[in-house]
Amino acid sequence: MGVMDGSDSDNRSPLNLGGYLAIQWTAVHWVERAMESFGVLLAARIDPYLEAELDRRFKLFRLWESPPAQRREFLRENAEAIRAVVGSPALGADAEMIDLLPRLEIVANFGVGLDKVDLRRCRDRGVRVVYTPDVVTDDTADLAIGLAIAAMRRICDSDRYLKDGSWKGKGDYKLTSKFSGKTVGILGLGRIGQAVAKRAEGFGCPICYCSRSEKRHTSYKYYPSVLELAANCQVLVVACPLTEETRHIINREVIDALGPKGVLVNVGRGPHVDECELVSALHDGRLGAAGLDVFEHEPHVPERLFGLDNVILVPHIGTDTLETSKAMADLILENLEAHVSNRPLPTPVF
Amino acid sequence: MESLGVLLPIPMNAYLESELDRRYKVFRLWESPPERRQDFIRANAAAIRAVVGNSKAGADADTIDALPRLEIVACFSVGLDKVDLAKCRERGIRVTNTPDVLTDDVADLAIGLAIAVLRRLCQADRFVRSGAWLSKGGYKLTTRFSGKTIGIIGLGRIGLAVAKRAEAFGCPISYYSRSEKPNTNYKYYSNLIDLAANCHVLVVACPLTEETYHIVNREVLDALGPKGVLVNIGRGPHVDEPELVAALREGRLGGAGLDVFEQEPDVPEELFGMENVVLVPHVGSGTNETRNAMADLVIGNLEAHVMNKPLLTPVV
Repeated sequence: MGVMDGSDSDNRSPLNLGGYLAIQWTAVHWVERAMESFGVLLAARIDPYLEAELDRRFKLFRLWESPPAQRREFLRENAEAIRAVVGSPALGADAEMIDLLPRLEIVANFGVGLDKVDLRRCRDRGVRVVYTPDVVTDDTADLAIGLAIAAMRRICDSDRYLKDGSWKGKGDYKLTSKFSGKTVGILGLGRIGQAVAKRAEGFGCPICYCSRSEKRHTSYKYYPSVLELAANCQVLVVACPLTEETRHIINREVIDALGPKGVLVNVGRGPHVDECELVSALHDGRLGAAGLDVFEHEPHVPERLFGLDNVILVPHIGTDTLETSKAMADLILENLEAHVSNRPLPTPVF
Repeated sequence: MESLGVLLPIPMNAYLESELDRRYKVFRLWESPPERRQDFIRANAAAIRAVVGNSKAGADADTIDALPRLEIVACFSVGLDKVDLAKCRERGIRVTNTPDVLTDDVADLAIGLAIAVLRRLCQADRFVRSGAWLSKGGYKLTTRFSGKTIGIIGLGRIGLAVAKRAEAFGCPISYYSRSEKPNTNYKYYSNLIDLAANCHVLVVACPLTEETYHIVNREVLDALGPKGVLVNIGRGPHVDEPELVAALREGRLGGAGLDVFEQEPDVPEELFGMENVVLVPHVGSGTNETRNAMADLVIGNLEAHVMNKPLLTPVV
């Protein structure tokens, strides 16, 4: 008798419905208040939409508002409030920053490359890490193919040739090299690598790859070493994460194996490639051509590349479209809100 | 047997020329000054039984009339707009071209131009080389290629090859053609304005004929719109060029990737400063691999003709 068994008749009474709504309102209000006071450090001026939304929803700290020399001071002053860092390919969350933020709970990486986040430090401290996979895949793969075609067909150089009057003055542009049907070798067969492969297949390109381990679900030819991959393909696309193991993975040997008709496309990270060796090889003709979105010391690009017609040089624009930037920003915001509300994170690294 | 006399109107390709020299008697029209070319033709008309043409020079009615012994026109191109086909048919002159071997290159270029325009690749490359990345910071945001609807004018070999490539980027494909093609899943529009209004990137890939002259006119460009991109890998005269320039100048068209122009090598200079335009000098089939294959096909057709065997790639 009188046992509250949670039966429907009880829950539908006006008093209980009111109570239920009150609890819901309080919960939402509590979450909103929690978010407003949740301190988020934005490491760099990545994206105006992201910045505006972070400002709107959270308590935003802008790292660039203090000069680099006073960075540590800035962090110390605001350490009590900062519970999240939003990082980018240029500036993430390194060990020093993490150590200066005792209340740090989560690092949100604007991008899928995590090389600027000290993952080990985060794990040690129990700090969550989230990133933006999948939404970046198409743009990066499109750029890889675009760079390959532009490099092999000299699209940018022939555009320049036309515009400087040479077509009228000197005659037709020289013959270039066909893209379709060339063997494409992919270093790293993750989301981006697979997206590159799918596109290249549309051009009749045979696909091969090198990865830490062979992928059972594909019919692409696997090579256990990047040297063998380079020796057996004509277009080599770098699409793996940057780690200690993959730093300078594209070295002189690999470049020579790719050869005078080979094309290197880097949509990974600058440090994947030994840049000095790359520049020499292009100048010497030991490598045929290159399409590069990333460099060892961005925004510095070796000036010795500027006079070459067999390279395409773009300023790390792999994911820089309106569509993708917004999708990345929305994913960051979703992750942060989920964290504050104690819900499962949409795209955790861990 | 009399060596085949071959008229070559302009220089086209060193490999092709050396192969022609090796086998036949070649008459190089450009070696005469322009005012003496009619005389040159008259003087050699008795020997000339073949003409090798391309996208710039072929066999028009006057040339055909001046060559009473002409038997075959072998084009170093797939486009036949510089050959008077009706006249050839009347005279019983065979015509060949170079289909298939250049399909891939031209389709590759179409996709390359589309990505280059949408992602501003050449602009971004110039940005880096000028040092602006150091002084001005990052390049601005552009727009995604994957998933955008591609509209193709003409679903022949090249149109289909463009479609196949674009599909690999998740692009929905639609097309306009003289008639609907039975074996495709692509969306057909019987009206070019409707195609232009319903696609994001419009690719010109049909033959140039009287019907398709200026087929891309002001209406079509307006339908394509301020976010639309025109890619022309067909012929310059497919597009009303002054209208194209105006549409780009006024922002009524989003961008253009052009391989061909109405008066090559003259290109409207107003286009040169536009960041949403990529201009290349008719390089559609301009790779070593493809030009060699085209040359082999021209030679193959001429050889077959000389040996009285079936032509490899006849049009007439």
